Amino acid sequence: MQRQRFYNLLTVALLLAVTGGGLLYTQLAASAYIQRIVVGLGISIILVVSLNLSNGFTGVFSLGHVGFMAIGAYTAAILTLPLSLKRVNLPDLPGWLAEVQLSFLPATLIGAVLATIVALLIGISLMRLSGPYVAVATLGFLVIVQVVLVNWASMTRGSRTFSGVPSFTTLWWVWGWAILTVYAIWRLVNSSYGRRMMAIRDNEIAAQSLGISVVRSRIIAFCVSAFFTAVAGSLWAHFILSFSPKAFYFVETFSIITMLVLGGSGSVSGSIVGAVFITVLSEVLRNAERGISIASIHIPPMYGASQILVAIVFIVVIIFWPKGLLGDREIPFNRLWSRLLPPKNEKQGFKKEIPF
Amino acid sequence: MTSVQFFIQQAINAVSIGSLYALMAIGLAMVFGILRLINFAHGDLIMVGSYAALLLLWAGLPFWLAALAGIAASTIAGLIMERIAYRPIRGAPDVAMLLTSFAVTILLENAAILIFNPTAKPFPAPAILKNALQFGPLRIASLDIVAIVVAIALLVLLTLFVTRTEVGISMRAASEDLLAARLVGINVNAVIAYAFAIGSMLAGVVGLLWSIRVGKIDPFMGFYPVLKAFVASVIGGLGSLPGAVLGGYILGILEILLQGLLPASLTPFRDGFVFAGLIILLLFRPNGILGSTEREKI
Amino acid sequence: MLRFENVHVYYGQVHALKGITGEVNEGELVAVLGSNGAGKSTTLMSVSGILKTRTGKIIYEETDLTQASPYDIVKLGVIQCPEGRHIFGGLTVRENLLMGAVQRRDRSEVKKDIDWVCSLFPVLEERAGQTGATLSGGEQQMLAIGRSLMARPRLLMLDEPSLGLAPVVVQTIFDVISKLHQQGVTILLVEQNARKALQIADRCYLMETGNMVMGGTVEELRDNPEIERFYLGGQAQ
Repeated sequence: MQRQRFYNLLTVALLLAVTGGGLLYTQLAASAYIQRIVVGLGISIILVVSLNLSNGFTGVFSLGHVGFMAIGAYTAAILTLPLSLKRVNLPDLPGWLAEVQLSFLPATLIGAVLATIVALLIGISLMRLSGPYVAVATLGFLVIVQVVLVNWASMTRGSRTFSGVPSFTTLWWVWGWAILTVYAIWRLVNSSYGRRMMAIRDNEIAAQSLGISVVRSRIIAFCVSAFFTAVAGSLWAHFILSFSPKAFYFVETFSIITMLVLGGSGSVSGSIVGAVFITVLSEVLRNAERGISIASIHIPPMYGASQILVAIVFIVVIIFWPKGLLGDREIPFNRLWSRLLPPKNEKQGFKKEIPF
Repeated sequence: MTSVQFFIQQAINAVSIGSLYALMAIGLAMVFGILRLINFAHGDLIMVGSYAALLLLWAGLPFWLAALAGIAASTIAGLIMERIAYRPIRGAPDVAMLLTSFAVTILLENAAILIFNPTAKPFPAPAILKNALQFGPLRIASLDIVAIVVAIALLVLLTLFVTRTEVGISMRAASEDLLAARLVGINVNAVIAYAFAIGSMLAGVVGLLWSIRVGKIDPFMGFYPVLKAFVASVIGGLGSLPGAVLGGYILGILEILLQGLLPASLTPFRDGFVFAGLIILLLFRPNGILGSTEREKI
Repeated sequence: MLRFENVHVYYGQVHALKGITGEVNEGELVAVLGSNGAGKSTTLMSVSGILKTRTGKIIYEETDLTQASPYDIVKLGVIQCPEGRHIFGGLTVRENLLMGAVQRRDRSEVKKDIDWVCSLFPVLEERAGQTGATLSGGEQQMLAIGRSLMARPRLLMLDEPSLGLAPVVVQTIFDVISKLHQQGVTILLVEQNARKALQIADRCYLMETGNMVMGGTVEELRDNPEIERFYLGGQAQ
């Protein structure tokens, strides 16, 4: 076990070093275009890893998570919008709100907490449902959010663009949150809670017979994942600086799900791999298609060939690698370490390396 | 106009829309029953059929011919979809199939954007279908009458099909228990093809009626109908054909009711209320109205 | 008629059948015994083509079944009545029986066969218009067997027909199985109820965790201590 912990420490150190180094390089030496992509990638990672907690690890197949992203984005943006702009763009805001202007972190947290509360409320009705029903019900949630965003014009400017959001999101904010998210979800998944969730996912009835509260575990996963998804929404809002309800709908949902499926639902490192892969692929395709560089990740649904190609990639992956690139395994760093630094006292009994 | 007349008009409206939802939902239910596949791309069959019809209309063909061609196009598209995208993943977890249908949707919608460009195109329908008939004090859109009559005819035919023909009974059998169906020697590939063909044909019919009603078509026109069809299916119980019909009409009635009863400030939120209602329904009946209320037993 | 040659079947990674070899001759009633997880159902599912054989062969009257589809296998007359009955609950008794004959070409004979099946199981006649789900366990088993018979099987495979049924009902069913055997139907019977199976079988095989551990005629096995252990260890009398 000592060896395990040592290896884990090495893995964490390595990842932090690589990430930190990469970010530093990006900050200092990379072009603005690359920087934007890296920011977008960080946001995508948060989204995919959070979604994985619900879909992959707990088996609650949510199609409505982008709704939480919207809640996070709009809430935080409304809170951080400078007062002057509030008067101009949101003249009908209720009095107390019109006088509030918060900084980035509090606004983001409030948005995330709000999303979590919403998740709790709808979670209560949804968590007893089985597969396809959950999917349709969560899709219903997405539509409800859309309808509310489009029609609650006093708060959201309705279907018009919500602009003037202060540009708070930096490389470090995004990746700081990303690391936090990955860490939190990793810990959750590898705790007894996590094992319960996976038990439920694999065989609900058996899990129940063991006394595991299915509903409670699912709600916890759902709420935690909603929290981080909303954080990502806020990060995105303060990155893209202007958006409308259309940005939080079907296309975005599919985009995130593609990353999830590609990487492997049920694997945290898989989610990251999937996010990287699709981000890179989309950029390459988009450039090939247009010739101009457009650096945002979540773009409005009017574009052609690149989407078709991504859809085809998706179908091919599902047919041939239905469990995604990593399936439900994680990247086996430990095997790497044990090869590079073989244990000094070779105890034969310790052959079985748990890939972690 | 008296309130009775208003009520009747709205009732006809509700039944007409409900008919469209019911026909769509049946297509979904057929496929879901056998394959456990939630076919999002079902909505795009509407789009394919409508564009096909439009092309023929542009070419100068008479409307009835274009309409038939549109329905045929939907049917063929559905069969192709099944063969290429869904058969290779048969037996995959439900989730994978659902996601693949997403991918197919995106594929079809973007293909339509590339070919036709995203702006809506007007759908020229003959005048008789667009005007209203006067029955005494009542004014009823002829399209509503057509929709209701067509729906009833199709439903009757469908009922005969699933209860009297061998293929129809096989379809019900496959829906109940796919393993047993294979062991009994039902040609499951053929049955699935039938399910897709019939469902897609119904989608084509709905597409035409929808296009005439709305007056224009665009690449995303299938999204809301398929969503409504899902809601209808879920209301009635996924996989159940009578459930789909029931759900469709309930949804139609619910929409018209809400439209009438909601205060003016809230009417834009109507769809939100419908979905909220769905979520509440699922709280009490996790498997829909006609689905079992019991949890799965071992 | 049916021959297994070193058949290996896998469920994903799990090695479910580890080199099964055996045979069923025409007109015989061969029982396959073994406790849960022995691989008995897996064996039948492999014959029916639902599960793929990884290595080895399953030969039926000169035809290699290992690559054939379930549809083709049924057309050859190899019919399985699966464990747990698997009747079509939403369909009527009559519709269930019709489905049993779905791949037959000679439609005119089907009506006669329905009458024949009802003569074997009179209760099905009574319940002809009821849906399968409303039948009792025993009636469902009879319906399942009847449905299999509608296909005019040349080789009939029954998977645990006595499962979960009251002794009286089990007796009725086994009487019918015995009668079919006497009429010349070749039967492969998988059972946990070894006593009942040995009463009517010609030969039997014993399976344990994917292996065929012994086989022989009923006379040979009756005095075998393994079977005694199996009686005492496996089930309550």
